[in-house]
Amino acid sequence: MTTALLSIRQGRVTLRKTMVWCAALIVALLLTVLIAALIGSEKLPTNASACSILSVGMNPCGLTRDQLDILFQIRLPRILLAAAVGGSLATAGASYQALLRNPLAEPYLLGVSNGAAVGTMLALVFFGTFEWSRPFMAFVGSLLATFAVYRLGRGRVGATPERLILAGVIVTTLLSSVIVFVTTLMDATRIRSFTFWLLGDLSGANRRLLPLTISVAVIGTVILTLNARSLNLLMLGERDAFDLGVEVSRVRITVFLVASLLVGSSVASSGSVGYVGLVVPHLARLSLGSDNRISIPSAAILGALFVIIADTVARTIIAPRELPVGAITALIGAPLFIYLLKRD
Amino acid sequence: MLEVHELTIRYADRVAVREASLSLQGGKVTALIGPNGAGKSTLLRALNGQLKPAGGSILLNKESLERFSRRAIARQITVVAQESELRFPVTVIEFVLGGRFVWANNSGWGWESEHDLEVAESVLAETELRELSGRLMSELSGGERQRAVLARALATEAPILLLDEPTANLDLSHQATLLASVRKRCDSKNAAALVVTHDINLASEFADVVVLMKAGELVQTGTTREVLTPELLEKVFDVSVLVDAHPISGVPRVTPVHETLRHFENQ
Repeated sequence: MTTALLSIRQGRVTLRKTMVWCAALIVALLLTVLIAALIGSEKLPTNASACSILSVGMNPCGLTRDQLDILFQIRLPRILLAAAVGGSLATAGASYQALLRNPLAEPYLLGVSNGAAVGTMLALVFFGTFEWSRPFMAFVGSLLATFAVYRLGRGRVGATPERLILAGVIVTTLLSSVIVFVTTLMDATRIRSFTFWLLGDLSGANRRLLPLTISVAVIGTVILTLNARSLNLLMLGERDAFDLGVEVSRVRITVFLVASLLVGSSVASSGSVGYVGLVVPHLARLSLGSDNRISIPSAAILGALFVIIADTVARTIIAPRELPVGAITALIGAPLFIYLLKRD
Repeated sequence: MLEVHELTIRYADRVAVREASLSLQGGKVTALIGPNGAGKSTLLRALNGQLKPAGGSILLNKESLERFSRRAIARQITVVAQESELRFPVTVIEFVLGGRFVWANNSGWGWESEHDLEVAESVLAETELRELSGRLMSELSGGERQRAVLARALATEAPILLLDEPTANLDLSHQATLLASVRKRCDSKNAAALVVTHDINLASEFADVVVLMKAGELVQTGTTREVLTPELLEKVFDVSVLVDAHPISGVPRVTPVHETLRHFENQ
């Protein structure tokens, strides 16, 4: 084998490399879940809690009823929700970036999260009793916002990154005014919790919607990962991808639908957690390269990790009071956005 | 391999290509030349299935192009266009392996096989990019990037190559090496190539067949000697030309005679 051939084979993304990385990240994720469950305003005995979690609640390991409730009714559902939301948003961000050929594309900045928020609010106001109407309307809202931004962002010369972000700003502000309008229809007691929710808040972890949010996150990530090689070519340009055999419109529709579903389900349960879709895929690409076959699944797991950590900070930093998790993610994400904008 | 019968392409309000008939054959390089806006690129895009014909037919291996899936077309026909602007860091080898997508077993998650790597290796050698395979595309010069675009197209192993002004941004020596690679592919693998170009002398040197196009219509098709005549070129380009034989190869050599040159004649 010649040296040039060796160099071609070295450093390339392979199935093996992807599997090893994902396995390592999953181990890190499980450890983080365990550690985050032990941290909180109420001190829990470390060994007994770990023992109880590892037995999936079958064995109390000496914990009291109250401690078990804190662990399994409050903390773990919230951590699992954080993981699902983080995974969903990071996957959606990574796919939008590849499809729209824009390293700055992100559900929050594109206004897609706001679309989902409007959908959720309308569901709350008009179909408050039907819990399932929220994720559904959130999905419809994010899908409509996605199409609006996509249409607005495409000029005669195609979509430039700046034009797309500008379209995102327009859609975001428009939807913000709708949100303000709908908020005025609510009674005063709900407005505060609402404002919190809008900023991205995991404290209202809804146990009935949790299985849905987790399933959507996992299935959505799998579907988008299965389109990763097409996205690799789309990242180089729609015409290049078409010429090389990608069914561009099919992949575009798939990404729009699945990413909207991911954003919709996470916004319905936790509001608009911003910048996750920007920070995490960027981190994944920086360390693992641009190949979506490795960067999308890694971004999903890293996103879960990121939001669990951000939420742990949000609920402990000024305990017993809490910050919305969106405030923490924005604190990390906004400077990175500025950096990316300046670098281009 | 690819037969076009009375193809008409219409944009919303105008006809871009009118009743064009053309045939691409294995082992032959066809040059498509004509003034700006003649519809050359439109015709090329239609041959690839990107633009739907308003009339006429395109037959790929004697079957209508419309009956093929996107991937099936891409396995037969590959396009070399001006490279798109890259916004993500991609290495040369990753870029070239993009050409192997058409042969992946499934459309998304598929991983490159040993054979894919061997093909990529051989086209990198063919386009003299082997040493640069680990570099980022953004680190290459314009000429090297254009060669990578060609390498990616060759990596598809498609027997029909459509090239849209492949030499536009290249210097003299790279223009020739790029077209030499195309010529070699046609000769050794019996591929057919259609090259849209503004460089008539380059076309004269490398093409077997020349097609002249003006205002959406194919004016003349034939060998270089048949088509590159002063009468036809003046008719198509509205400029006087001088055609003589190339001192080395003997192929027609075309020199435009602009008004500004007339006063040299009188001296």
